Amino acid sequence: MKARTLRVWSWVHKWSSLVSTAFLLMLCVTGLPLVFTHEIEHVLMEEAWTPANPDSPGLNLDQVLSTALARKPGEIPAFMSFDEDRPVVNVTSVHPAGKAGVYSFQPIDKTSGAPAPPVAGHPVTEFLLQLHTDMFLGLPGMLFLGAMGVLLIAALVSGVVLYAPFMRRLPFGTVRTHRQARTRWLDYHNLLGVVTLAWVLVVGATGIVNTLATPIIDYWKDTALKELTLAYDSPVTVSQRSSLQAAVDRARAALPGMQVQFVAFPGSAYSTDHHYAVFFRGDTPLTAHLTTPALIDARTGDLAAIAPLPWYVKALSLSQPLHFGDYGGLPLKILWALLDMAAVVILGSGLYLWLAKRRAGA
Amino acid sequence: MKRGRHLTLWQVFRMPVCIATLSLFGLVAALLGDHPWDAIGAAALASTVGAILWALATRRQ
Repeated sequence: MKARTLRVWSWVHKWSSLVSTAFLLMLCVTGLPLVFTHEIEHVLMEEAWTPANPDSPGLNLDQVLSTALARKPGEIPAFMSFDEDRPVVNVTSVHPAGKAGVYSFQPIDKTSGAPAPPVAGHPVTEFLLQLHTDMFLGLPGMLFLGAMGVLLIAALVSGVVLYAPFMRRLPFGTVRTHRQARTRWLDYHNLLGVVTLAWVLVVGATGIVNTLATPIIDYWKDTALKELTLAYDSPVTVSQRSSLQAAVDRARAALPGMQVQFVAFPGSAYSTDHHYAVFFRGDTPLTAHLTTPALIDARTGDLAAIAPLPWYVKALSLSQPLHFGDYGGLPLKILWALLDMAAVVILGSGLYLWLAKRRAGA
Repeated sequence: MKRGRHLTLWQVFRMPVCIATLSLFGLVAALLGDHPWDAIGAAALASTVGAILWALATRRQ
């Protein structure tokens, strides 16, 4: 490689890393406990609980919804989701005039309408998740962290290019522990960097896609779902809405053999202003992550469309497990944690190498 | 390795390419399949940690 080319790649590696290191370190430190969110919440929150009337068919979804909303006067429903291992329906509602992103979340015992203890959403994990997602800055924060992810990709590519000249005389994996600290840490940096490359690339790239969730979903609503909304000029009001239970039953009839994952109410992030969007997931490992929404006209209760997700929403859906590492059981999560810690060492040693070089040059 | 002798590009990147391929295979295998693919995928991704431990155990100078 020509000296000039090498200098350009060095410059790219130095600056893409320097600008992003502080944020990437924050992402690694908050991401480490977040890998184990489910386990942490299980320990912190799980309490013995049994449904009030285990043998009763329980309330229908309209009754669950009105029960939940009666406890939050003035709020309108946004989402409804269903626990897999207990007869609990979770109602998420929002105050129309409230602060953006502030939701009420109520787990309801479907057999009685009584509140059920929450099993997710502990304040500590919620805080870490918010810091990790957008640093409490909303969409601008998310997009900023996405830009840091782009710098990470630049640092990875330039790092691979620079790896070759450094390793031309050293067999793979060499760590010169008896040399000065700079040489030793350079070897650790190169070894950890090149070994974790593919994983960091995948977690980084899927992290970037996740930061684009809001524009991706907005684009989907503005294009693929647009024609479904053309017939109406004003959003459906709460009093105009047909039965939720009937809407879910209608959607189920259209997609037999699939599981209802959640319902997005009219006007919420994952639906139009005019439809109940009932999201189904398949029962294979892959289709469990790829949901299909059935859109039910909220005025008439008719099936408006089965709307298979376009490729860019599928890409977003698959980016979530590949970023979180929560799709292959505990062994995969432990590997995620170990590789996350390796990434911290890479970031730290990179920073050290830069400082040491500056000091030596000064 | 004698001093002054250069490795070829393939010699430099042979092991990294193997580990990256195993990692990507593991990530996808665990996503596309359940048992036993979760275990196979985790084992393939564990080649990363394995390589680090191997290097620290045998390649320290």
